[in-house]
Amino acid sequence: MTAIDAAQPGLAPEQEYAGPSSTRTVVGYGFWIFLLSDIIMFSGLFAAYAVLWANTAGGPTGGELFDLRSVFIETACLLVSSYTCGLGALFAERQHRERFYIFSVLTFILGGAFLFIEITEFANMIGKGAGPSRSAFLSAFFTLVGMHGAHVTSGLLWQVYMVAQVAAKGLRPHVLRRLLCFSLFWHALDIIWVGVFTMVYLMGAR
Amino acid sequence: MDGADRPLDERTPGVEHQESRADFLSYTAGFALAVLLTIASFVVAQTNLLWSPGVPVGLIVLAFAQIGVHLVFFLHMGSGPDNTNNILALAFGLLIVFLVITGSCWIMANLNTNMMPMSVLPPH
Repeated sequence: MTAIDAAQPGLAPEQEYAGPSSTRTVVGYGFWIFLLSDIIMFSGLFAAYAVLWANTAGGPTGGELFDLRSVFIETACLLVSSYTCGLGALFAERQHRERFYIFSVLTFILGGAFLFIEITEFANMIGKGAGPSRSAFLSAFFTLVGMHGAHVTSGLLWQVYMVAQVAAKGLRPHVLRRLLCFSLFWHALDIIWVGVFTMVYLMGAR
Repeated sequence: MDGADRPLDERTPGVEHQESRADFLSYTAGFALAVLLTIASFVVAQTNLLWSPGVPVGLIVLAFAQIGVHLVFFLHMGSGPDNTNNILALAFGLLIVFLVITGSCWIMANLNTNMMPMSVLPPH
């Protein structure tokens, strides 16, 4: 907005002329639009779950299936991994490569632990005959939680790729911008998980 | 960062020339708040701390608070001039999310109440 008012590069003094937005701001904005469209897709799955959660077709209900202790551990893993991911990005911006690697490894381990607990939980449920084909409630459950798990999986793959890029290219500006997108993605997954554990597990287990 | 040492009119437009305002303290504060809100959610859901019909409302309030904490401290949705577009996009996204979820629940609840009871349907 101020850029349009004083859009004559070189004429206005530096204090008044802010210039076009930095590439970092523009890239962050574009990726934020993508994340919002992803969140809107999740809202469709949340809506399906909200409509179908009571339709258990005589099968097991959420209260019988969910183990809140493992959900709490999952939540803790994802929240701490969000924190370590943010710290890793801060160290990367300050050109501390070794610390970035350490926090990336921590983030990867915690994200992997989350995924492992979730897959174990799914396998247990399917073993008990409570698979996605049992009832409309379970179809909606596996779609919503499974879609989040698929996002976490792609986030882990993306993180391996980012560490490889930093190792090969160093912490150059365009690598840092990709790192910004990755950490936005990882934080957005945690936001969606807040909705999942509140709506699916805490409300469903009552 | 690159180009920041050169005079303004020699800089390439769109190249970053400012330090990120995110710091370790704000991340840690956000993390502490998120941990507190998560623990509060699990406590509220599993104990009789809240009047039991009020628990879903309490959980929703805690979830929104935590999403707010994540947006401000982790995603840096602040009030800075760089953030105006991000906030506008977020507001539009929230509108769509609200319409999809409440709209679906409203329509489906209405359909359920207007359905013929299962006992009246002829057996097939």
